[in-house]
Amino acid sequence: MSGTLLLQQAINGLTLGAVYTLIALSFSLVMGILGILNLAIAELFMIGGYVGFTLIIAGAPLPVALLAGMLAAAALSLVIEKIGYEPLRNAPLITPMLSTLGFSIILQNLATNLWGSDPLQLPGDMLATRIALGEVSIGAMQLLVIGAAIVMVAALAFVIRYTTLGRALRAVAENRDVARLLGVRADRILLIAFLLSGLLAGAAGVLISLHYAAITPYIGVETGLKAIAVMVVGGVTRTWGALLAGPLIGLAEVATVAYGGSQIRDFVVYGLMILILLVRPQGLLGGARSDQGPRV
Amino acid sequence: MISTYHAALLADSGILMLGALSVYIILATGQLSLGNAGFMGIGAYLASYLTVEAGLPLTLALVLSALAAGMVGIVIGFPALRLRGIYLAMATLGFGEMVRSFFLNFEPMGGAGGFSGMVHVSVGYIWLWAGGILVLVTLLERSRLWLEIRATHDDETAASLVGLNTTATKIGAFGFGAAVAAVAGGLFAHHHVYIEPANFGFDRSIELVLAVILGGSTVAPGALVGAVLLVLLPETLRFLADWRLAAFGTLLVLVLLVRRQGILDRGLFRALTFRRQAS
Repeated sequence: MSGTLLLQQAINGLTLGAVYTLIALSFSLVMGILGILNLAIAELFMIGGYVGFTLIIAGAPLPVALLAGMLAAAALSLVIEKIGYEPLRNAPLITPMLSTLGFSIILQNLATNLWGSDPLQLPGDMLATRIALGEVSIGAMQLLVIGAAIVMVAALAFVIRYTTLGRALRAVAENRDVARLLGVRADRILLIAFLLSGLLAGAAGVLISLHYAAITPYIGVETGLKAIAVMVVGGVTRTWGALLAGPLIGLAEVATVAYGGSQIRDFVVYGLMILILLVRPQGLLGGARSDQGPRV
Repeated sequence: MISTYHAALLADSGILMLGALSVYIILATGQLSLGNAGFMGIGAYLASYLTVEAGLPLTLALVLSALAAGMVGIVIGFPALRLRGIYLAMATLGFGEMVRSFFLNFEPMGGAGGFSGMVHVSVGYIWLWAGGILVLVTLLERSRLWLEIRATHDDETAASLVGLNTTATKIGAFGFGAAVAAVAGGLFAHHHVYIEPANFGFDRSIELVLAVILGGSTVAPGALVGAVLLVLLPETLRFLADWRLAAFGTLLVLVLLVRRQGILDRGLFRALTFRRQAS
């Protein structure tokens, strides 16, 4: 394989990785605070993508489409918190996980009925601008995806690290009861966590559908599972960890496709995830010990 | 004589119940596995290889695949000791996806194209296995061993402090669960007479967990209730056509909200079997 092609592949890997990062953060916001896997995130991502995609085909400017996708996913995320999580918050962890699975089944069915099960495609001439960098070229869209992902991770990291809201989020993650005793309104904080999680998932959905210039109702499932691997590799409690792990997994995927055939890539990705869980359960960047999770 | 349609539903429930029992056994020790479809896949491929390529009778092939998968389960059980709760669940999810990905690349058994050539088995044979294993697990639930399993589930530290070997319990559960899942997989392969890696992906693993939780995760027959429900519900919702799955998802959420312990819990099970309330 020539160097140019390899570099081109690396850029594709980075773009994919940027999207993984966003979904991984979406998972980890809920996971880090509540210790549950919100399985509906994969479908929030898909719905966000469809909303943004439909608007772009209808001729809306890109920022509007991105924002609409984010808001749609966030609104659904709030509904899921209110109906699917809140009443079950004292149940064993599997129960709310399965109720989010119920929502994911509903959302996928909804998307299939609204938009059909065939892929929706962008007209070819749209968004096809490419910027040449010597021998390789990078699509304007890829640049946008990577840029938007970095901006959002930075914004999230800032909110969590430096604002009152971030302190409250961390306090509830640490110990919900103590946080409540100290005057943090835990119920509202949980809603906000779901809201932020939905915003990120929606953004990721719009960005990946632009990257592929196509979207199907089944895009969420595969990408969602990969994002769980990214979350684990980066460390569940680390915001910046996901920014490192996303591109890492993206590059690993592209590299295995280039050298080992496309079929073997899932094997490598999940193998890496299990390895990290076993030898460094707190994730690549470290942070809180996370292998002693709550009981199921 | 029952129609082919009903026979197929009955066979599906039996296979799903076995898969659900495999999750139930592991869950009884307080470990959640989201990768049991992986064990099922191992059983399905191995049993099919043994009957089609090696020409063994099905029963022997199922026993051998169960033993092999049980050993894989034990091997998985050791690293699983390091992980708890949702982290263990995510690791098993990764294991399941790795198995699926392995068979996708395993060209000798068809790779992505799938594998066929198995001889179709009767519903009676499937239920002989399903019923037998259900009885076995129900008997196990009345043994001293099950008390140790319950103790490990309720408080692992306390259980090990009173001298119970929680390590052996947890690893044994993984081995036994994997063996049961492999039988389910082998029967699946010989019922559908065609298998492909996608049959044993994450949605299968989650379906098995769903059957256990919906049916009731505190008594073994809960797996039976959950499996029958999961097979029949989509069929009875057929009149909703395109919205069938959305209705299924809604019902799922509703059942969890109304009856989070599952349909069959210990109290109901006792009432149904006319047994006195233990003090």
